[in-house]
Amino acid sequence: MNTSATRNLTAEILDAQQPFDVAVDSRKQAWEQFRQLELPTGKNEEYRFTPVTRYLEKNFTWKTDNPESTLSSVQECLIPQLDANVIVLVNGRYNASLSKISSPQSEVTITPLSEAFRTGHPAIKEHYNKHLNNQSDACAALNSAAWQEGVFIYVGKNTVVGKPIFILQLNDASQSQVITQTRVFAVLEKDSSVAVIEKSDTTGNQFAFHNFAEEWIVSEGAHLEYCKIQNDAGKVCQVSNSVIYQANNSKLNTFTLTLNGQLIRNNLNILIDGENCESHFYGLYLLTGTTHADNHTVVDHRKPNSFSNEMYKGIMDGNSKGVFNGKIYVRPHAQKTNAFQSNRNIIVSDSATINTKPQLEIWADDVKCSHGCTSGQLDEEALFYLRSRGISETNAKAMLLYAFAAEVLAPIQNETLKVYLDNLIAERLHKNF
Amino acid sequence: MLNIKNLQAKIGEKQILNGINLKVNAGEVHAIMGPNGSGKSTLASVLAGREEYEVTEGQVDFLGKNLLELSPEDRAREGIFMAFQYPVEIPGVSTINFMKTALNQIREYRGQQALDAVSFLQMMKEKMKLVEIDQSLLNRSLNEGFSGGEEKRNEIFQMAMLEPKLALLDETDSGLDIDALRIVANGVNKLRNKNNAVVVVTHYQRLLDYIVPDFVHVLYKGKIVKSGTKELALELEAKGYDWIKSEATVA
Repeated sequence: MNTSATRNLTAEILDAQQPFDVAVDSRKQAWEQFRQLELPTGKNEEYRFTPVTRYLEKNFTWKTDNPESTLSSVQECLIPQLDANVIVLVNGRYNASLSKISSPQSEVTITPLSEAFRTGHPAIKEHYNKHLNNQSDACAALNSAAWQEGVFIYVGKNTVVGKPIFILQLNDASQSQVITQTRVFAVLEKDSSVAVIEKSDTTGNQFAFHNFAEEWIVSEGAHLEYCKIQNDAGKVCQVSNSVIYQANNSKLNTFTLTLNGQLIRNNLNILIDGENCESHFYGLYLLTGTTHADNHTVVDHRKPNSFSNEMYKGIMDGNSKGVFNGKIYVRPHAQKTNAFQSNRNIIVSDSATINTKPQLEIWADDVKCSHGCTSGQLDEEALFYLRSRGISETNAKAMLLYAFAAEVLAPIQNETLKVYLDNLIAERLHKNF
Repeated sequence: MLNIKNLQAKIGEKQILNGINLKVNAGEVHAIMGPNGSGKSTLASVLAGREEYEVTEGQVDFLGKNLLELSPEDRAREGIFMAFQYPVEIPGVSTINFMKTALNQIREYRGQQALDAVSFLQMMKEKMKLVEIDQSLLNRSLNEGFSGGEEKRNEIFQMAMLEPKLALLDETDSGLDIDALRIVANGVNKLRNKNNAVVVVTHYQRLLDYIVPDFVHVLYKGKIVKSGTKELALELEAKGYDWIKSEATVA
């Protein structure tokens, strides 16, 4: 690894700083954090298996004035039959004509993030940039310094948002390279509830870098259903830093599905800063070709009596690479914590790889924690069983892989979404295996 | 129907079958008995096409086809069915979906049309009654958390659905209490007719009280050392295998 080249890209990015039309006080500090952290090299333990910086050095010149997209419809990116509020960002800009917000203002505020800053929404002063991992992750710091646009969601107390919110982020790299830095900032007030689906897609033959960050504040008694779908057709490198902050009695369900893209890195950090919280976070990565997908998750139990359950599964085919790192922290006074983690992987081809690492750090003494990770091939015995009933080898494999994968869909509440995801999975597994 | 000539097979470096000769005709029930490690289950596995066994000698003719050249799925499509001693748990795949896929792939192989949902359900209901199995079991993931009795009943249900010409029951009596044994055996008996055949691999006589064999063969050290009628099974039950072993050694 050429570290001097890394420093150059960090310097190049710092040099290319541009003034923003939205005054965000924290940007200056974030630039400083980015300067000090520098983009991660191979020596950085957290990025050991995922060479984001090298990929960026190889494929990008750092200029963030993205081309205007001529995209006139996002129909094919939507989830069929899903009645949702749709907010669309294209190449790092809010696209009003492609967005459609139908839930009443009394239920939820959904606006471009820049607008929330312009109008000085009180939630920003109270919560913005309080929990993101700017001190430890250079891409998070860079996002805090330089996000171009984003989405602001605010749900008032005791409010249930009837329709889900669909956030669509598109990179149109058909004319030239695209570098997008976007941000979601969402606050769920006490006893409120909302479901959110985030989908990213990249089109065109040029390279795209999507540096995404998001903060979710889930207040006391609130409930967040959250689903991320990464199915980018084009040449995208996406780094996504997600922080979900949970207060007392709050409930969280997350599901992250990674199907496509060249280099995907998800940092999902769940801060359980309340008692009697429940967090389920599920993930599935079905990788083919040369896709490299890395899920780093952290669940930080800071208070007693909460429950977290993590299940990530992966199927690696072709020359793909999967990486999983799951950290569970249980702080000294977070007694009576229940924390479970499992990561299971199936490697289908000889040239695919997985690196998986559970990391538990437990300071409290009265807790129940468990973790398990497995990596292997399909169960030969099961395969023979299916074949001995007349099912072809190809179909038997597809059946077993599908059954393995579909388990993670169980907690998804919205039936339309579930059917959509189920079809994506079935299609992927039947087509390629 | 089935004609096995001088079948020899090994797993790894270990030779297990040392020249099996066996002929099974339509309408017949054969029991294969023998002490532990004699090669009973290996014989069933080799016939079903388990790939970890290597056939080193011999031929197996099944309805005019060279069975040993066929993949496990093609053997099933030609009409071979093995009821497993230890059916595999397959989370996420229900028996119903699994059977629908299997049945339609077999039908496709035979040039028949796929069954529509209604006909499939109708057929399923019929067969369920035959083996006294509950639909809730069939909705569950295949063999996941099944009791021994449920596993074996599910095997026989699958046999009923696929209507094989030759059924190989590999120690189907193991892990069954007497009631479950009776239900499973009754299921098998109801499925018997003059066009199909059953090979029962078992340790004990008790299953043969219910599924009465026309022929009994004793396997020892990978060879059939004695053949007879159902009385041979009774004799084995009374005297154990030692006399067979010494006879075989002398021979």
